[in-house]
Amino acid sequence: MGLSFSTLFSSLASLTQWSKEKDVRILMLGLDSAGKTTILYRLQIGEVVSTIPTIGFNVETVQYKNVKFQVWDLGGQSSIRPYWRCYFPNTSAIIYVIDSADTARLPTSRAELLTMLSEEELKGVPLLVFCNKQDIPGALKPEAISEQLGLAGGEKSRPWSVRGSCATKGEGLEDGLDWLVNAIHSK
Amino acid sequence: MAFPSKKEEEGGLNSFYNNKTTIIQEARVFNDSPISPRKCRSLLTRIVYLLYIGETFTTQEATTLFFGTTKLFQHKDSALRQVVYLAIKELAVTAEDIIMVTSSIMKDMQPNSEVIYRPNAIRALCRIIDPSMAQTFERFFKAAIVDRNPSISSAALLSAYHLYPLAKDVVKRWVNEAQEAVNAKTSSSFFGTSSGSSYLGFGGTAQLSGPQTIQSSSYIAQYHALGLLYLIRQQDRMAVTKMIQQLGGGKSGAGTTLKNPMALCMLIRYAAKVMEEDPNVQKQMLDLLESWLRHKSDMVNFEAARAICEVKNPSQSQLSKAISVLQLFLSSPKSVLKFAATRTLAALALTHPAGVATCNVDLENLIADPNRSVATYAITTLLKTGNEASVDRLIKQITGFMAEISDEFRVIIVDAIRSLCLKFPTKHASMLTFLSGILRDEGGYDFKRAVVEAMFDMIKFITECKEQALSYLCEFIEDCEFTKLSVRILHLLGMEGPKSPQPAKYIRFIYNRVVLENATVRAAAVASLGKFGVNASDSSLRRSVTVLLNRCLDDVDDEVRDRATLYLKTFDEKPLADVYVKEESIFSLAALESKLVAYVKDPLAAALPFDVSAIPKISRLQAAQEAARPSTLDIIGAPISKKTPDAPPPPTAAEKQSAYAQQLAQVPEFGSYGPVLSSSASPAQLTESETEYQVTCVKHIFKERVVFQFNISNTLPDTLLEQVSVVMQPQSGEEVLEEDFIIPMQSLSSSTSPGIVYVSFTRVSPEAYSLASFQCTLKFISKELDPTTGEPEEEGYEDEYQLEEVELNAGDYIVPSYANFGADWDRLRTGPSATETFALSAMESLKAACDSIVEVLNMEALGGTEAPTSTSVHTLQLSGLVTGGGGKVLTRCRMTYSQDQGVTLELSVRAESREACDLVLAAVGG
Repeated sequence: MGLSFSTLFSSLASLTQWSKEKDVRILMLGLDSAGKTTILYRLQIGEVVSTIPTIGFNVETVQYKNVKFQVWDLGGQSSIRPYWRCYFPNTSAIIYVIDSADTARLPTSRAELLTMLSEEELKGVPLLVFCNKQDIPGALKPEAISEQLGLAGGEKSRPWSVRGSCATKGEGLEDGLDWLVNAIHSK
Repeated sequence: MAFPSKKEEEGGLNSFYNNKTTIIQEARVFNDSPISPRKCRSLLTRIVYLLYIGETFTTQEATTLFFGTTKLFQHKDSALRQVVYLAIKELAVTAEDIIMVTSSIMKDMQPNSEVIYRPNAIRALCRIIDPSMAQTFERFFKAAIVDRNPSISSAALLSAYHLYPLAKDVVKRWVNEAQEAVNAKTSSSFFGTSSGSSYLGFGGTAQLSGPQTIQSSSYIAQYHALGLLYLIRQQDRMAVTKMIQQLGGGKSGAGTTLKNPMALCMLIRYAAKVMEEDPNVQKQMLDLLESWLRHKSDMVNFEAARAICEVKNPSQSQLSKAISVLQLFLSSPKSVLKFAATRTLAALALTHPAGVATCNVDLENLIADPNRSVATYAITTLLKTGNEASVDRLIKQITGFMAEISDEFRVIIVDAIRSLCLKFPTKHASMLTFLSGILRDEGGYDFKRAVVEAMFDMIKFITECKEQALSYLCEFIEDCEFTKLSVRILHLLGMEGPKSPQPAKYIRFIYNRVVLENATVRAAAVASLGKFGVNASDSSLRRSVTVLLNRCLDDVDDEVRDRATLYLKTFDEKPLADVYVKEESIFSLAALESKLVAYVKDPLAAALPFDVSAIPKISRLQAAQEAARPSTLDIIGAPISKKTPDAPPPPTAAEKQSAYAQQLAQVPEFGSYGPVLSSSASPAQLTESETEYQVTCVKHIFKERVVFQFNISNTLPDTLLEQVSVVMQPQSGEEVLEEDFIIPMQSLSSSTSPGIVYVSFTRVSPEAYSLASFQCTLKFISKELDPTTGEPEEEGYEDEYQLEEVELNAGDYIVPSYANFGADWDRLRTGPSATETFALSAMESLKAACDSIVEVLNMEALGGTEAPTSTSVHTLQLSGLVTGGGGKVLTRCRMTYSQDQGVTLELSVRAESREACDLVLAAVGG
C-alpha cells in the first residue's frame, strides 16, 4: 500500500513537472448530441451551458488537479466525422462519449469508435469511454455498453476504461479524469 | 499587378524565404505543442503575402494549411487570432471543408468574448458559412449591426453586404438595423473634417479596455450601412429616391445625419444614378447636390461638383457653381485635389468649353505642375477652351514634358491636338511640327497610331499642310517598327502622292521599304508604287516606276510578285488601269461573294468566264461606312464614355440574295434555269398580319423564267393543311407569261410553318421586261388534329383563301448600283433616252415622292439626293443595273412641289438599251 501510494505520488509529481513544458492534448469524440460540449464546459467552468450542435470544434484548456488539459471537442454530426482525423496527431488521450439512452444508434457509435481506434496515429493512446446521460430512465448501464462495444479481450494495445457519467449533474466526470491522468502517465 | 515584379526584384533570400514549398513544410509549427504564437504569426503572414502577390495554392495544399490554421484556435494570443482570421479568409476561397471553423468563429463572436476577437470573427464568418446557414445567425447579426462599438457594427454590415447575393431574403430582413446604424449618433465630441483617414485607425489599443469607452471619430459604419441599404433597395428606384431625400437632410443639406464624408460621397453617386434614370427627380436631386458643394469636406464638394458636371443638361447657374468649386481645388496644395479637378474639367471642356474657360488662369499655372498627370489634364483642358492666340505657347509648353509622361497621357494630348487643328486650321504649321517631333520619340503602338491618325486627319482636311505632313510620314516609315502603321502610311502615300507637284520625291522612300521590310510592308509598297505609275502625269516617272516594279518580280513573296505583275500590266493597258487603280467605286463585297459561290457551284457555268458586270457597285465612301469605323472626331478625348452594346446589323440586301440563291439551288426543278438574276429585296405581304394563314411573296427573276416564292404560315395549332398550293390568275388579257408548274406543299402545320410553295412562269419574250399582275388564291385541304393524339382526321375538306394581288413590276428587274452620275450621264447622252412629265398630285411632299420613286424603281439614290434639302425644288439622281444584260440605267427626276398641285415630276432616263429605258418610264407611268 505504502509503495503504491508513493508510486502514485511520484507519478503525479512527474506528471505536473512534465505538464509545465507540454500541454496534455485530449480529443473528445462521439456521435452528435452525446453531450461532448456539455462535458467540456462542465469541466472547464463547472456549469451547465446551453449548447447548439457543434459545427466544427471547440477547444478549451481545462485545469484539473494541477494538470492542464487541452480538450478538443469535435462535432459529432455525420458530416463532420470525416474531419476528426485531421486532429489526431499528438493526441495524448481520447474521451469517447456515448448517449446511453440512445440504444438504437449504439451500433453506429461502436463502428465509429472501432474505425477511429484502428488509426495508426492513435496507436496505444489511452481511451476513456463515458456512457453519458445515466440519469435518463432506461439508459443502459456502463457494463452493458461495454459488453456491446466488445473492447474486453479485443483491445490489448492500449489502456481503456468504460465509465458511466452524467454531465448535467457532473457525476462520474472526475473519476474518469483521475483514471485518465494515471493512464497517460503510466503509458 | 506591380507586385510580382517587385518580388522578383527583391529576389535572393526573399524568393527562397517566401517560397510556397518552404511554407508548406514549415506549417508543421501549427502542430507544435505548446504553440509558439510568434512563429505561427510570421508563417501566417507569409501565407497571406504569397496569396497577395498572386501565388496559387492547390485545393489540397490550401486545405492542409487551413486545417493547420484551425489548430491555432487553442491559443488565446489576440495578435495571433487576428492573423488567423486573415489567413482563414484568404484560404477559404480555395480550401475545402472550411465549415470546420464555424463553431470557433461563433464562439469568438459572442458578446461575452473579447472585443478584439469579435469584428475579426464576424468578417471571417461571411466567407465560411453557406447561404442556408445565414438564418441561424440572424439574431446575432441584427444585434451586431446596432452594436455600439463601431468596429463590430462595421464588420457586421460588411459581412451582411457580402452575404446579400447568397442569402437575399435573410439579409433583407436586417434593413431596420442597417437604417439604425446609418442614423447612429455616437457621443463623440471631436469630429473634425478629417476625411476618412481615421478609417484604419480603429483596432488600436483603446479598444481592449472594453466597449464602453470606444468612440468613433470617423463614423465609418454609416458608410457601410448606407452601402448595405442601397444594395437591398437598389431595384426599387422609389425607395432609393426616398432614402436619398431622407439622408440628404433637406434643401440646405444641414439636416443630414450622415457625418462620414465617404457615406455622403456614396449618397451623391446614388443621387446621380437616380437622376440619370428618372429625369423627373432631376430638380430635387440637383438642389441636394448644390447644397453639398458647400460641405466642409473636400471629398464631398468634389463628388457633388463632378456629379453636376456629368448631368445631361445642367442649368448654367448650377454648372458655374460646380465649376467654381473645382476652380478652388486647382490652387489647392494637395495633388489629389488638383488631379481630380483637372480631370473633371477636361471632360467637361468637351461639352461646355465656355464655362470651363473661366478657370483658364488657374489651369495655366498648373502647366508646370511637378505632377505630370495634373499638367497633362490642365493642358488638354486649355487646348479645348483656349483661343487661337494661345495655341503656339501651349504647344511649346507640352513639347517640354512629352518625354516625361506615360503613353496613355500622350495619347490624350495627341487627341486634343488633333481636334484642335481642325478647330484652328491656320495653326497647322506649329501643330504639325509638334506631331512630327513626338513621332520621333520612343513610344508604343497606341501612341504612334494616335499621332499618325492625327496627321491623316490633317492631310484630309487641311490642304495647305499636305505636302509637309506627307514628308514627315515618309520620314517616319524609314524607321517604323509597326507593320500596320507602315501599311496605312504607304496606302495614303499611294493615294495622295501622285497628286502632289513632285511625286518623284516619294518614290525613294517607298522603294526603300521594298528593299528593307517584311513581306506585308513590301506588298503595300508595291501597291503604292503602282498607283504612282498609273496616276503620274509625266511619262519619265512611269518609266522609273516600271523599272522598280520589274525588280519586284523577283521577290520571294507571292503577294509582292503578284501585285507587281498586276500593276505592270495596268501600265500598258489604259482600260485596265481605269478599272483596277483609278476606279472610285468597288463591288458590293457581299453580292460579289454570293455570285462567286453560285458560279463555283454550277458546273455548266465554268465554260464561260465569270460575269462581273451584273454585280452591283457601291462607292468607296459607302464601303467605308459599311466597315463602320466610328468617326474618330466624335469620340476624341472624352475620358468618360459610356459603352452601349452594339446590336448586330440587320442582314444586308446582298446577304438575303445569296440566302435565296441557296434555297432555290436546292429545288431540282429549277436546276435548268441558270443563275438567279435578281430577287425581291423584301417579301411582299399578301395577308393581314393577324389572319389564320399568313402569306408573303418573293419574286425571283431568271433569264427565261420568273419564279414566285410564297412563304406560307399556318397559325392554327389544331389544324393541318394538306396539298397546299397557290393559284395565280393573270389579270390582263395579254399572255406575256406562261405558267410552267406549281410546286405544292404536302402538309403544313403550325409547327412546320412557314413552308414554301413555288410557282414558275416562262417569260414568253425574254428580251422584253414583261410586267403583269396576278389574282392569287391559296388552296388547300384542311384537316383537324385530334387534341388527344395529335393525329389528323381521315376526312378533310377543301378550302380556298383569297390573297392580295401580286405584281411583277419594273423594280423587280432592276438592281440598285452605284455610279458616278455626272460622268455616266454624259457618256449615255447618245444612247437611248426619254423624258416625260408627270403630275403626282397625291404626293404630300418632295420627300414622299423621292421615297416612292426609289421604292418603285428599286434604284440607288446617288450623292444623298434621296433627302431633299428644299421643300419646293429638288433633283433626284438614281442609278441601277437592269438584270439579264440590260445594262446600266440612269434616271434624273426633277421635281417641284406646290401646295395646290402636289408634286410635278420631270423624269429623264438614259440607258444602255431601249428596253431598259422603256421599263423605267412604264414603271413610273403605270
